[in-house]
Amino acid sequence: MYTVPPLTDYSATALDAAARDLLSALEAESVAVNGENEYKLFRDRWLARKDGIATQINDLWLKAAPKEAKRDAGQLVNDLKNKIQSKVDAMLERIQGSAAASKLAGECIDISLPGIRRPLGAEHPVIRTMNEIVGVFRNLGYSVSEGPEIETDYYNFEALNFPPNHPARDMQDTLFLAGQDKKAQRERLLLRTHTSPVQIRTMERLKPPLRIVIPGKVYRNDPPDASHSPMFHQIEGLAVDTNITLGDLKGTLDHAMKALFGSSVKTQFRPSFFPFTEPSAEMMVSCFICGGSGKRGTEPCRPCKTTGWIEILGCGMVDPNVFEFVKHNGYDPRKVSGFAFGMGADRIAILKYGVDDIQLFFQGDERFLKQFG
Amino acid sequence: MKLLPTWIRDFVDLKVDNATLAHDLTSIGIAVEGISGEGDSTVFEMEIGTNRPDAMNHYGVAREASAFYDLALKPYAAKLPPFTDLAGMTITVEDGRYCPRFTARVVRDVTIKASPAKITQRLGLLDQRPINNAVDATNYVLWESGKPTHVFDLDLLEGRRIVVRFARAGETLKTLDGVVHKLTTEDLVVCDAKKPVGLAGVMGGYDTMITERTRNILIESAWWDPPTVRKMSKRHGLHTDASHRFERGADYESTLVSTNRVAELILSSAGGTLVGDAIDVVVGQRDQAPIVLNMSEVHRILGKDLSAQEVVRILSRLGFETTPGRQEGEEFEVTIPSWRLDVEREIDVIEEIARLYGYDRFPNTLPAFTGAVIEPPDAPKDAKLRNSLLGLGYDEAVSLNFISAEDAKTFSHAPSMTLANPLSEQASVMRTSLLPGMLDMLAYNLNRGTDDVRLFEAGHVYEADGAGAAEPKQICFAATGSALPVNVNRPSETRSMSFYDVKGDVENLLSSFASKTLHYDTEVAGYFHPGRAARAVLDGTVVAQLGQLHPDVAGARKLRQDVFVAEMFLGPLYEHELREPRYQALPRYPAVERDFSFVFADGVVFEQIERAINKLKLSELRSFAPAEIFRGGNVPAGKYSILLRAVFQSNERTLREDEVAQWSGQIIKALEGLGGVLRA
Repeated sequence: MYTVPPLTDYSATALDAAARDLLSALEAESVAVNGENEYKLFRDRWLARKDGIATQINDLWLKAAPKEAKRDAGQLVNDLKNKIQSKVDAMLERIQGSAAASKLAGECIDISLPGIRRPLGAEHPVIRTMNEIVGVFRNLGYSVSEGPEIETDYYNFEALNFPPNHPARDMQDTLFLAGQDKKAQRERLLLRTHTSPVQIRTMERLKPPLRIVIPGKVYRNDPPDASHSPMFHQIEGLAVDTNITLGDLKGTLDHAMKALFGSSVKTQFRPSFFPFTEPSAEMMVSCFICGGSGKRGTEPCRPCKTTGWIEILGCGMVDPNVFEFVKHNGYDPRKVSGFAFGMGADRIAILKYGVDDIQLFFQGDERFLKQFG
Repeated sequence: MKLLPTWIRDFVDLKVDNATLAHDLTSIGIAVEGISGEGDSTVFEMEIGTNRPDAMNHYGVAREASAFYDLALKPYAAKLPPFTDLAGMTITVEDGRYCPRFTARVVRDVTIKASPAKITQRLGLLDQRPINNAVDATNYVLWESGKPTHVFDLDLLEGRRIVVRFARAGETLKTLDGVVHKLTTEDLVVCDAKKPVGLAGVMGGYDTMITERTRNILIESAWWDPPTVRKMSKRHGLHTDASHRFERGADYESTLVSTNRVAELILSSAGGTLVGDAIDVVVGQRDQAPIVLNMSEVHRILGKDLSAQEVVRILSRLGFETTPGRQEGEEFEVTIPSWRLDVEREIDVIEEIARLYGYDRFPNTLPAFTGAVIEPPDAPKDAKLRNSLLGLGYDEAVSLNFISAEDAKTFSHAPSMTLANPLSEQASVMRTSLLPGMLDMLAYNLNRGTDDVRLFEAGHVYEADGAGAAEPKQICFAATGSALPVNVNRPSETRSMSFYDVKGDVENLLSSFASKTLHYDTEVAGYFHPGRAARAVLDGTVVAQLGQLHPDVAGARKLRQDVFVAEMFLGPLYEHELREPRYQALPRYPAVERDFSFVFADGVVFEQIERAINKLKLSELRSFAPAEIFRGGNVPAGKYSILLRAVFQSNERTLREDEVAQWSGQIIKALEGLGGVLRA
């Protein structure tokens, strides 16, 4: 154990040697300190005011020094005192740190237990799908347009080139409102069978050029089953400008399908018939479930009936007869042209999420809804 | 609709197999949706657009195939032996507008029996029930050429006359299906000298039909006005293969050839002799004027890819003749074939060109656009509420918009709108409230073992509004079951959903809107629990209604736990703008809290307390809120104890003890004014 020796030789070499002995003792003893009690002993041995080593060197080395050596001895003692103080401080920090760590170790919990989960609401899959589709067209410059669900015969049929008593009206089983018999046919109310009436309503309101997308509920007199519902959702689109061509229709929809289903999907158009478009087409996308192969592993792909293609929407160039109804607002069919398209949002959600029964969308069953959270 | 590829091949020498034929026809809009059977029994399941009656038969599809493959189409014709004598029939058409052409001919001395095997086999594959050789002949021609015809027992027609006229009031007709129809003066009928014997274009008469006793036959093939046929078909509830074609438009030129073809088939299967030439009564012409086609218009709609030569070639393959118009290579006169009643305008011709050229051969382009995207005005408000509700833990639901008349009455005073042809009694009224749908969804969940349910639905309700309809927007949300999330560490910590949970959510939602005042009253609808429901009044307008569902209403719907619902009326709510956040300087001086413990009689509600404190207009009072409520124990019955917490703070200085004491004194006095007693 180190003790402070009295000094007789105050030469620089002797002072150096004394300092060296003291510092090496300080180092050796500090390394051995473990725990709070040992720290206190260490602190008192070196710094106690009464006879700590710092006090001793002051007495034995400085006070006892001859006059001519006082300056050098003073410098040395001061320097050593500082070193002792900072060593003791460092020891305190070390001791406290390790105490905190062991305390925290005792506070450990099982972090693999489930968290306390305040449930978030889940988006409805059809509305989510509609928002997604609307988003794609918004990025292409389309504005959202809306219209009433209880429509007149005029907007739902006549102005869309379904003349009264035309067989094309049979394509859509219509739900009619009661008590309309006394009205003229075009004023009679019905539940819109498609979102297309909003095309006319918007063209009456806004002049071309026009780009709108129309999400909404539509109705048919279809008894509910796994693939039919008397109420469902459509998204309609309409673009009118000078020089809009069939190629623009195809390019726009091809782009939209790639944005919705991935850049690798392909589109294909084949002739169809809708009274309000001419030429009319049905668009197919390559099956985004099986990638167009018609097979899932060794199983046949059901969504595309193994054809590799899925019928996804109806579309066409706006029929000039439709423009005739809104000609007064700048839609001269000789000057403007346009395209329109419409798709069933429920059907797309069914395909996208692999849902097997459309009724699930309208039952509010949380076991179903939570899957889309 | 079914068609047989073998039958199609009778009229065009196709080199491709059936699968390729099906694919190629589909690509030009003559959709083959399915193929079944093999060899001569192969059946195509067709989907033909309502505008293409010309293709709803074998010859018509053969014509499309010949156009697609650029192969010759065999002529549709009948080989008849020379006729003898005169038919001896008089045919009169009273109004040529409804029957511009009526063709007939007579075959005598036939033997009615079963049809030959080829005919019954082919009709059988199309699900057509064989009847006898004469009737089957008409049916065969219908499926072969698309032209409906009819055969009468000539000896049952009185006066050797046929008259086409509108029925007279009081006349009746028993049709082939045995049903007796009362005729109206809008029914176009085929008559003999005395009585109606057929409903024009829809169905023949029972009393003049072919039977085993029939010896002599009159064959009829007419062209009927499509809307007239359609109205009759609807009026009498008779949708027949004939009416289906006539109401879409038959080929005016085919009345003669179809008459002859039926005669040919009858002669070969039933024997007999052809008597007299065909009687072809042409009263009105159905000339389709040629259509002027401009190449500039072709290019404006289809793009610039097609040349004039290509256009001419495509049209000629489809049977459209083109002659150059005034401008060489730029304008054409296109003659429309008689079987294409759907082609009436230049755009229809353009569609034909695109269809046969192939839609997929036009390059994809994106149009340029100079407009701007405009949001519907309510979109940000809709989105704000939807996102808040999702964040508050409500699942988004959609229910069907149809409710029962009873529910419409229970849940709204608005005049409701009823469907003329509803799917069921229970779904016969357009919803006037979102609640019935919401309650059905809650019951659906509870019945399936989901006890903690939180749902919202945003949508329209529908109300009669004069002669029209109004569609106000609402949000309905509902909560039932546990109010706290599952906590494995404190499993005993549970609490059921309460009025205050739903009220808190309403407060959250309403706080998104700028307003001066919000208060709640108890003027709620009868389907709420009378003591646990409130109406939210924002700046004097009712914007929401919330509370516990009345136990009777819950019971009637078998909801076996307490249900809390809120209805928000978006019309009045959206009169308010969304609140724009505004910065206020953060306080620099400390706040001082003071608690007051009071006992009040049960009749004193917090709103009164709040109002009394507000009246003091203490400008340094930052908040005054209830911290704890207690009933029972040493609080006498009919009273409750409430701990109220006041927070004082100044923006200019640290508050002094004596001022806080003075304000506290004022507060105590105000509360005592309400009959409150300060507890020690």
